[in-house]
Amino acid sequence: MVGNLKAEGAYVVYIGMRSVRVGGPALCRADGNMAEYSAFALLRNALSGNRDWKQAWRKPEPKPSYDVIVIGGGGHGLATAYYLAAEHGISNVAVLERGWLGSGNIGRNTTIVRSNYLLPQSTRFYEFSMKLWENLSHELNYNVMFSQRGILNLAHSPAQADDYIRRGNAMRLSGGDAEWLSAEEIGRKVPGVDVSGSARFPVVGGLLQPRAGTARHDAVAWGYARGADRRGVDIIENCEVTGFLRDGDRIVGVTTTRGEIRAAKTAVAVAGSTGRVMKLAGVDKLPIESHVLQAFVTESLKPFVDMVVTWGAGHLYMSQSDKGGLVFGGNIDGYNSYAQRGNLPIVEEVMSEMVAMFPSVARVRLLRSWGGVMDMSMDGSPIITTGPLPGMYLNCGWCYGGFKATPASGFSFAWTIARDEPHQINAPYTLDRFHRGVIIDEKGQGATPRLH
Amino acid sequence: MRISCPYCGTRDVAEFTYQGDATITRPDPASTDQNTWNAFVYDRANPAGKHSELWQHSGGCRTHLVVERDTVTHVITSVAFAGAKRKPVSAAAPKRKAPARKAATRGKAPS
Repeated sequence: MVGNLKAEGAYVVYIGMRSVRVGGPALCRADGNMAEYSAFALLRNALSGNRDWKQAWRKPEPKPSYDVIVIGGGGHGLATAYYLAAEHGISNVAVLERGWLGSGNIGRNTTIVRSNYLLPQSTRFYEFSMKLWENLSHELNYNVMFSQRGILNLAHSPAQADDYIRRGNAMRLSGGDAEWLSAEEIGRKVPGVDVSGSARFPVVGGLLQPRAGTARHDAVAWGYARGADRRGVDIIENCEVTGFLRDGDRIVGVTTTRGEIRAAKTAVAVAGSTGRVMKLAGVDKLPIESHVLQAFVTESLKPFVDMVVTWGAGHLYMSQSDKGGLVFGGNIDGYNSYAQRGNLPIVEEVMSEMVAMFPSVARVRLLRSWGGVMDMSMDGSPIITTGPLPGMYLNCGWCYGGFKATPASGFSFAWTIARDEPHQINAPYTLDRFHRGVIIDEKGQGATPRLH
Repeated sequence: MRISCPYCGTRDVAEFTYQGDATITRPDPASTDQNTWNAFVYDRANPAGKHSELWQHSGGCRTHLVVERDTVTHVITSVAFAGAKRKPVSAAAPKRKAPARKAATRGKAPS
C-alpha cells in the first residue's frame, strides 16, 4: 500500500490545497449565464415583493421512459442526477423518491464533512469529496453553508496518540491536511474540553484536520435538486418503486406507485433501504446490514465550541450549529433495524460520553433526538459499482459516513453510470471485493457491520 | 427494547450483546468451497420485517439466545435457547415469568 503513496511532491499538493477561498455566491456562473441566486436577484425580488422567485425544482409527472432512472432522492441520488447532467450531458433522467425530497439520511445526519482516513483508497475518495465541497456553493449557486471549522479527534492514551499520528501522516502523504495538537493547545482552542489530569479519560493530545467542518445538510439536497432540475432532470417525489421491469436478465425500468417507468439504465442509491429495494430485483443477499443510528441536538447556547470535536475513549462526535444547538451522536444501536428510531441505552451512553468530554454541558437540556437507517457494509466502506444485474447500478454501504461523501459519491456514481466503468476514486468500491478478498476495512473490525 | 431471557426474565437490551443473523449456518469445516465460505462470512438477507437473530445475555446468565424480532417495529415475538433442542433449565433457576419457550429455531430455513 505504501507503494501507492507518492511521497515526492505530496507536500506541495498539501500546501496547494490549503489555499483560502473567498466564500459567498457568485454573480455569474463560469458558463457566463446570470446566476439565478445573486445579490442582484435578491434586490430585484425584494423590490417586487418576492413574488417572482421560481420554484427550486418542478413537480413533473413521470414520463414513460428516460435514459437513466435514479432510485432515491436523497443526497447521493440527487448529486448523481446533477453530475449526470452537468458532467456527462445526460439530462433525460428521473430521480424517484418514495417520500419527500431529503426525508431520509440527508436530513438526519450530524452534518460533518471530513477526510481524515487512514487507507489510501479512503483518503483518495474523501479528499476528492473535500475538494468538491470546497467549491460546492459556487458550483451549485446555492449556499450549502460549508464551514471549514476543523475536526479534532481527541486521543486519551499514548497508544491512541500514536495511532492518530500515524493516520495524520497517512492523510498528509496522500494530499490531505492534518496537525497534531498537544493537550495544552486543545485546552486553548476548545476551552470546554476537560484536559485536566483528573479527567476520567485524560486527553493526551488530538489530531486536527483544519479543512474539515460542517455543511447545511438540507441545503445540499436542495442545491443539488435545483441544479439537476434546471438541467432538465425530473425529480419525482412520492413515487415508491414497487418492482423492477425485466427483459430477460436485464433491468429495463421500474414499476412505481405512479406507474411504469422505463430506462436503459437504472441506478439504486437508497442507503438504508438497499436491502428492501434490491429484494424487489431478486437480489436476496448483500454484504450489508441495516442498523439504526441516533442523533441529538440540545437547546441553543451561546458560542461554545467552534470546531467539530470527537471523543476517542468511546465514540462521540459533536459540533455547535449556527443556531447554537450542540449537534452530536455516537454509536449505532447495534442491531438490525429499519425503524427510524432507536432505544434508550445508547441515548444514556452518548449522554454520559458527552458529559465526560464536556463536563460543563451536564445541565444543558436535550431538545430533540431522532434516528436514521444506516446501510452498514461488511468492511465499513461503500459500494459504488455497475451491476449486480445488467442495466443496473448500485450505490450503497455508506455505514454512517455518507453525508461527507455526497459530492464524490454522486460524481463517481454518475461517471460509472455514464461510462459503464468506475472512476478511479470508486474503482476499489466494488460489490465483489468481499468475495475476492480485497476488503477496505478502515477500522480493522472484520465482517461485523455493527462495529464499523 | 427489552428481551425476555428464559433464565433471567425480562431485562433491558443493554444487558445483551448482538451477534447477528441466526439463519446463517457455518459450512462444513472440511469444505474448501470458497463461495460457500464467502456467503457465510459476508452475505446477509437483511430483511425488513421478521428477523431471526442471535443475542447473548452477556450482562446476565451469558446464555446465547435466538430472538425473533421485527426489524421495522422492534417487536420481539419469541426468545429461545440457541443450542439445538436444549432441555428446560433445572429448578434452581429463578422462577420469573418466562415466556413460552419455542423449540430452538437454529438451522431453520430463512423466511
